[in-house]
Amino acid sequence: MVGRRRGGLARAFVYTTLVLIAFIYLMPLVWMIATSLKTQTEASRGTFALLPDDPSRIFQNARDNYTAVWNDPVVRFPVYLRNTLIIAGLSVVGMTLSSAIVAYGFARLEWRGKKALFALVLATMMIPFPVIMGPMFLLFSWIGWIGSLKPLWVPAFFAGAFNVFMLRQFFMGIPKDLDEAARIDGCSNWGIFWRIIVPLSKPALAVVALFHFVFVWNDFLAPLIFLRNQDQFTLALGLQLYQSKAGQTPWNYLMAASTLVIAPVLVLFIVAQGALVKSIATTGIKG
Amino acid sequence: MSSRTAQLKRDLTGWIWVSPWLFGFLVFLLGPMLVSLYYSFTDYPLLEPPIWTGLANYRRMLTDDTFRDVLWRTARFAILFIPLATALSLAIAGLLNERVKAGGFFQAAVFIPTLVPMAGSAMIWLWMLNGEYGLINQVIKAVLGWAGVTGPNWLADSRLAMASIVMISLWSIGQMVVVYLAALKEVPDEMLEAAALDGMGPIRRFISIVLPMISPVILFNVITLMIGALQIFAIPYIISAATPGGDPRSMYFYTMYMYDNGFRYGQMGYASAQAWVQLLITLGLTAVMFLASRKLVHYRS
Repeated sequence: MVGRRRGGLARAFVYTTLVLIAFIYLMPLVWMIATSLKTQTEASRGTFALLPDDPSRIFQNARDNYTAVWNDPVVRFPVYLRNTLIIAGLSVVGMTLSSAIVAYGFARLEWRGKKALFALVLATMMIPFPVIMGPMFLLFSWIGWIGSLKPLWVPAFFAGAFNVFMLRQFFMGIPKDLDEAARIDGCSNWGIFWRIIVPLSKPALAVVALFHFVFVWNDFLAPLIFLRNQDQFTLALGLQLYQSKAGQTPWNYLMAASTLVIAPVLVLFIVAQGALVKSIATTGIKG
Repeated sequence: MSSRTAQLKRDLTGWIWVSPWLFGFLVFLLGPMLVSLYYSFTDYPLLEPPIWTGLANYRRMLTDDTFRDVLWRTARFAILFIPLATALSLAIAGLLNERVKAGGFFQAAVFIPTLVPMAGSAMIWLWMLNGEYGLINQVIKAVLGWAGVTGPNWLADSRLAMASIVMISLWSIGQMVVVYLAALKEVPDEMLEAAALDGMGPIRRFISIVLPMISPVILFNVITLMIGALQIFAIPYIISAATPGGDPRSMYFYTMYMYDNGFRYGQMGYASAQAWVQLLITLGLTAVMFLASRKLVHYRS
C-alpha cells in the first residue's frame, strides 16, 4: 500500500481530516439528542453546552420532554408507531418473500423470455415514483383503499426490482449440484426453494428485509399522498404534523419527537451494521 | 412427454415463478404509467371526468413561469449537488482507504445519517440552521463574533436556501462512500506501487490509474444521484412549510409543483404531463451519460 510509506505528517493529515468529518457528520444527531434532554429555556438560549445546566436533571428533563411528546393529545405518536409497525411488518414480509420467489425464477429456472424480462426488471428501477403517483392514487381510491393502510403495504407483495436483482445475484452463487441432487430425490421447485435456497440465503434475505424496513420507516411522499386522515399517519408524517401544528413547538420537544422517530433505525443499524454496509459495498460495485 | 411439451412446461413454470413481479409491474407500474400518459393529454380536475385537450398541457409548460422556475431550480440543485456529493464521497472514501485505524468507526459516522428519515433530517436541520439559536450560527458567532459577523438566517434567506438544501443533502452521502471505498479496495496495490516507482505523484496516480479503474462505479453512482436529485421533495417540502419568514419560492422544486398540481390544485392532467416530462428527462439524461461515458468509462473484461 502506498499509504504505508507516507510520512508521519501525511498520516496526521489523514486522521485529523477523518476526525473532523466524523465530528461534522455525527454532530447533528448528538445535538438533537442533547437538545431533547434540556429544558425549554436551556434549549433556546444559544449555548454550546451538551448537558443541561444542572446535569443531574438530565433524567428529569428526559422524562418531561419525552412524555410530553408521547402523550400529546393532538399528535398521537403511539398511534403513528402502531401504524408504521403494521405497514413495515406486512411489507417487509411481503417484499422479502415475493422478491425471493421471483429471484428464484430468474436465477434457477430456464425458460424462454427470461433475459428480456430481467432486462425489464432492471429498467423499471429508473422510473421515478412521482411519475406514477397520480394514477396510483386514483387506482387506490377507485378500489376503495384510500382511508386504509393498504396502499402502503399491498404493493410490497409483488416484489421490488432492486431486491429481485440482489437476491438473484446471491442465488446464482449457490452451487447447482444441490438442486440436482434434490430433484433426483423427487423434490419440486417449491421444495428446492423452501428447503435449500431459502435456508442458504438467510443473510441476503435479512439484508433485503432490513433495507425494506428502513425504506418503509423513512418513506414520506407515498404516505403523504395515500393517507388521508390523521389516525392513519405514519411516524414520518406525524413528525411533520407535530412540527407544524403549533408553529412554535419548543425545540426540546421537537428534538425529543425526532429522536423517537429516528432511534429505531439507529438501533437497527447498531445491531446489523456489518451486514448492511457489506451488502451496499457489493451491490454498488456489481451494479 | 414430447420435448415440445416439456419445453412449454418449463416456460410456464418460469413465468409462474416470476408472476408476482409481473403482476405488480402491470398493475402498479405500467398501468399507472399509461393512464398518466393518457391524462397528460387531458384536462382532469378529478371531480369531473377527463376531457381530451391534446397537447395543451405540454404547450402550457412552455409559457408557465412557475414551471420554468421549478425546472431551473431543480436543474441547479442537480448541477451543484452531484459534483459536490461525488467529490466529497470519493475524498472520504480515499481517506478511509489509507488503512486507518478505527476505519469502521469513521465509516459508520458517515453512514448513519443515511438511515435518518427525511422528516427527521428536516427537523434536525431546521434546528441546526435556525437563525437565532442554531448550532451553526453559534459556531459562526463564537469564531467571528469579535469582528461583528453574525450568522445569516439560512433557511429564510432566499439567497441561501439552495446552499442549505445542498448542504443538508450532502449529509446523506454515506452509502456512496461505502460503495466508493469498496471500489477503491479493488484497485491492485502493485499497480500503484509500480507507478510510484516510476516517479508518479499521488495526484497523477489518482487521475491515470485509480479514476479509470473505478469509473464504472462512478457512472453508476452519478446516475443514481441524478435520478434522486430530479425527484427531490421531502426536505424542501417540510422545511419551506416550517420556515414562516422565508420565501417559499426559494425552495420550490419540480416534484413539489407536480404534487401541488395533482393533489392540491386539482389539475391531474397538467401534473401527469409534468410527470412524463420528468420521466423523459430522467431517461434522456441517463442515456446521455451512458453514451458520453463510453470513452471515459473503463470496463474490465
